[in-house]
Amino acid sequence: MRFSVLQFPGANSDQDCLHAVRVLGHEARYLWHKESEIGGTDAVLVPGGFSYGDYLRAGAIARFSPIMQALVRFANEGGLVLGICNGFQILCEAGLLPGALIRNRELHFRCEHVFLKIANPETPFTRVAPDSGVIRVPIAHGEGCYFADQETLSRLTESRRILWQYCDQEGTPSEDANPNGSVQNIAGVCNEKGNVAGLMPHPERACEPVIGSAEGASVLESMIQTLSERGQH
Amino acid sequence: MKAKITITPKKAVLDPQGKAVLNALEHLGYDGVGDVRVGKYLELDVASDSPEFRRTLDEACHRFLSNPVIEDYHVEFE
Amino acid sequence: MVEPEITPELVESHGLTDDEYQRIQKLLGRSPNYTELGVFSVMWSEHCSYKNTRPLLKQFPTQGPGVLVGAGEENAGILDIGDGLAIAFKIESHNHPSAVEPFQGATTGVGGILRDIFTMGARPICAANSLRFGSLESAEVRRLFKGVVAGIGHYGNCFGVPTVAGEVAFDPSYEGNPLVNAFALGVLRHEQIARGAAKGVGNPVFYVGPATGRDGLAGAAFASQDLTEESAEQQRGAVQVGDPFMEKLLLEACLELLATGAVAGIQDMGAAGLTCSTCETAARGGTGIEIELNRVPQRSPGMSPYEIMLSESQERMLIIVHRGREDEVKRIFDKWDLPWAEVGFVTDSGRMVVRHEGRVVVDLPARELADEAPIYQRESRRPAYLDETESLTLDSLSLAADPGEVLPRLLAWPTIASKNWVYRQYDYTVRNGTALFPGSDAAVLRVKEDSLPGLVEGEAYDGSFPEKYLAISLDCNAVYVYLDPYEGGKLAVAEAARNLACSGAIPLGATDNLNYGNPHDPELFWQLKESVRGVAEACAFFQAPVTGGNVSLYNQNPGGAIDPTPVIGLVGQIEDEDAITSQWFKEEGDVILLLGNPVDQKDPLLGLGGSAYLQVIEGLKSGRPPRVCLEEEKQIADALRGWIGSGVVKSAHDCSEGGLAVALSEACFSEDHARQTPRFRGAQVALDPVAGVDAGAMLFGESQGRIIVTVERAFLPKVLGQAEILGVPLKEIGSVGGETLTIEYGEASYTWDLRSLHEAWWTSIERRLE
Repeated sequence: MRFSVLQFPGANSDQDCLHAVRVLGHEARYLWHKESEIGGTDAVLVPGGFSYGDYLRAGAIARFSPIMQALVRFANEGGLVLGICNGFQILCEAGLLPGALIRNRELHFRCEHVFLKIANPETPFTRVAPDSGVIRVPIAHGEGCYFADQETLSRLTESRRILWQYCDQEGTPSEDANPNGSVQNIAGVCNEKGNVAGLMPHPERACEPVIGSAEGASVLESMIQTLSERGQH
Repeated sequence: MKAKITITPKKAVLDPQGKAVLNALEHLGYDGVGDVRVGKYLELDVASDSPEFRRTLDEACHRFLSNPVIEDYHVEFE
Repeated sequence: MVEPEITPELVESHGLTDDEYQRIQKLLGRSPNYTELGVFSVMWSEHCSYKNTRPLLKQFPTQGPGVLVGAGEENAGILDIGDGLAIAFKIESHNHPSAVEPFQGATTGVGGILRDIFTMGARPICAANSLRFGSLESAEVRRLFKGVVAGIGHYGNCFGVPTVAGEVAFDPSYEGNPLVNAFALGVLRHEQIARGAAKGVGNPVFYVGPATGRDGLAGAAFASQDLTEESAEQQRGAVQVGDPFMEKLLLEACLELLATGAVAGIQDMGAAGLTCSTCETAARGGTGIEIELNRVPQRSPGMSPYEIMLSESQERMLIIVHRGREDEVKRIFDKWDLPWAEVGFVTDSGRMVVRHEGRVVVDLPARELADEAPIYQRESRRPAYLDETESLTLDSLSLAADPGEVLPRLLAWPTIASKNWVYRQYDYTVRNGTALFPGSDAAVLRVKEDSLPGLVEGEAYDGSFPEKYLAISLDCNAVYVYLDPYEGGKLAVAEAARNLACSGAIPLGATDNLNYGNPHDPELFWQLKESVRGVAEACAFFQAPVTGGNVSLYNQNPGGAIDPTPVIGLVGQIEDEDAITSQWFKEEGDVILLLGNPVDQKDPLLGLGGSAYLQVIEGLKSGRPPRVCLEEEKQIADALRGWIGSGVVKSAHDCSEGGLAVALSEACFSEDHARQTPRFRGAQVALDPVAGVDAGAMLFGESQGRIIVTVERAFLPKVLGQAEILGVPLKEIGSVGGETLTIEYGEASYTWDLRSLHEAWWTSIERRLE
């Protein structure tokens, strides 16, 4: 499969995305924010970091980049898009995903490993979930508290679009397990069509045992499996 | 002239920063404060406050300067 | 614009002495003008010239087979790590700015050290830091502490470099004068080393990065003064503001430009900004340089030449480009939306010439300015307080406290307590290279394909890159140094070396941050002199050349000087991935071994001098600190690395502050599996009684050269046999298992519940901040 990793000024997990895809044996390339075409790509990763310094609001400036217009077209045509951390914030700002991300409840930037419950294992981003339904991956963000109004939340719940929730080791989305105050422990969601998803934790930083966890690989592997079934390569 | 834009978190949105400031105020003995919302303030040098420009700026606020999902804004010209 | 007249008062306010001023007049054959006086004041400050410490620094070992760029040659030293790869690393202080404005002081400290690394052509792959504050009981200290940690996090997180290691200690001597020492390490190929020299007469000089404002005017001179309440207040406006986003762009643009080969020389604008960078590049190049200030991008209107030359606006670089290749600079900096300006050219005059509005405002000999600052042999005298502290005897101590109650108190002592409140605010996972996270003896970093500068985009990932593993530890027990500067200097290096050994690494080289009080005070200068001697001796012993560092003097506040604090940053290399070793116990049933002698019986205080036990339980900062035997340290480190290499070691943790009991506790519960999910593994330990050593000294004494090691029981006979052959002390002291930590010593037995010990240790700092 061929992945593209968007590169905004100030992105800093772009390398991590590229590296993770390559470790899993697939191709990846960068796509500069001033480009206006996605080009021959099977899936797009919108990486973490501090695009445009996260000035004004996290992701607020990046969404107006030329490449984002192309990304919207790619998504509308059914292309697989995953936003991670700042990438999730950008996708929310761009309206590709519902809700918004606000400052962590404790007001501090928070970096640690968390457990994620795969809340819906039947999506292009979660289908390769382990039997336990729980994966351990790092978070690293200051504005990761997911917020959406009640109506949106109901819609998300009904259509099973909440994909990942912060949980404890046993898979219970408890208050203690919530690192940032996200409503309903939401760590990540997808759009209505199910081809665009975003999450605050970093699965791409958990694809090799040597860096503490390989359990995040299942997210990228889910995308790869989906693509191979679609016959793209 | 200047356009002064105040952006505040929506009432329904938890504002942990505002809460922290309120706690600190109480801690420091500044009583009589009920609630605190911490927002942003932008000052723009602008050429006019014509209805047409006001509409333009309103759009910019809605589309870019604030995030309507979590924020309200208020514009004043001076 | 009318420039102030040069008066003795003006000279003095620039931190220059009468003698120094006369020396300047003699050098120039005339009096300097106002701008030139400013230029001299920064270049001849301690911060830039090391005028008080240069003779001492000469003691450091600086050579070694792996040294590619040595100390003092460039912005940072460079060491070989094999396969054509190299590392650049350095530590630098930002103490004074952080005392004034903790958040911005810390951010710009991190920004400065990162620039030092990528100026060398290396891509920074990690950051670390060493911090010292007063007591957390003080609201002002809490403000400084929170601000510094937030600032370090903000800059590193946004820039995208993992902050992986560090140390934080609290002591009343740092009240009002915190220490903020920032470390960074980068990776490059040998052929990618860039130089800060203005080479090639006629080559154009570029200024890149954001516009110059009135930020941090004369920060270098500021860092070389005693900090009084008044100066702190006055200087508030002088602190620079860091912009990590800008620095990230600057990094990528500079590395991209360096890869083109168009660059003849590159130097960051740190302390004394434009002044330092122009005169140092000319001095190194053996050339001259001429710049036109009207071309320098300026943020505020009407800035004077003095202000432009001395501004410390951040995230700026000076780049000398091969003539004819100017377009490449423009293309790349435009791509990254970064301002650039061609501001001058390289000359053969040996002079630094600055023009402003058609007028020459600075015309000084570059080399003399950079290299000919006066050198002082300061007076030194053994401090009087040592008579008292050295006279402490074991008999004078009560040592009555119940060890059962002492342990939780030590674990909750902020200097020993878990620093998770700090490091969880730092992104330590970005770049996919951190193999051992904060919270073990040393951090371990993986060097992989994309750790390098230059483009890897086109290269396919085929796993053929020769990945490397580096270990980093920053250490200094300043109380030891205060109580015995020479021994304390050695101890700092020895502890860092022991931490590296515990992670499986062999030392490659060191960087040092020397933080002291006013060098004009003979007693304080003695601390400096003696501890540098100790550091130098130990670095030489461990074959760890010092590749660079930083000196920060005048760390005083109205209450007196800080404890002498020579922070050692030691970098080591681990053979392969399998050898990476962490400090926590791994499995029930594993055997716990103590490598090294249980207690140093030649030490009359049995390791209690300067210990955490004395400070916390007896309220004393006194006694002679434990002695270090470098030879024994090396023997146990070599033995440990041998066993790690053969795959038998499950965990290794050194005994430092708080002694054996604290080290055992940490091995039981310091594995932080995930949020709210610590891993607990109990231990049942029995220690042989030693005549004349009571339980307090055995459990909490800080005798050096001790490491707690676990191995699978099946390997026990083999390991013990090898220890005997090697002649290193190694003894089985217990096994891993159970829900508690139990230590038997002679007749006595102590048992602690792991969860409550962990709670005391894990939440201590957070609780004190609420």
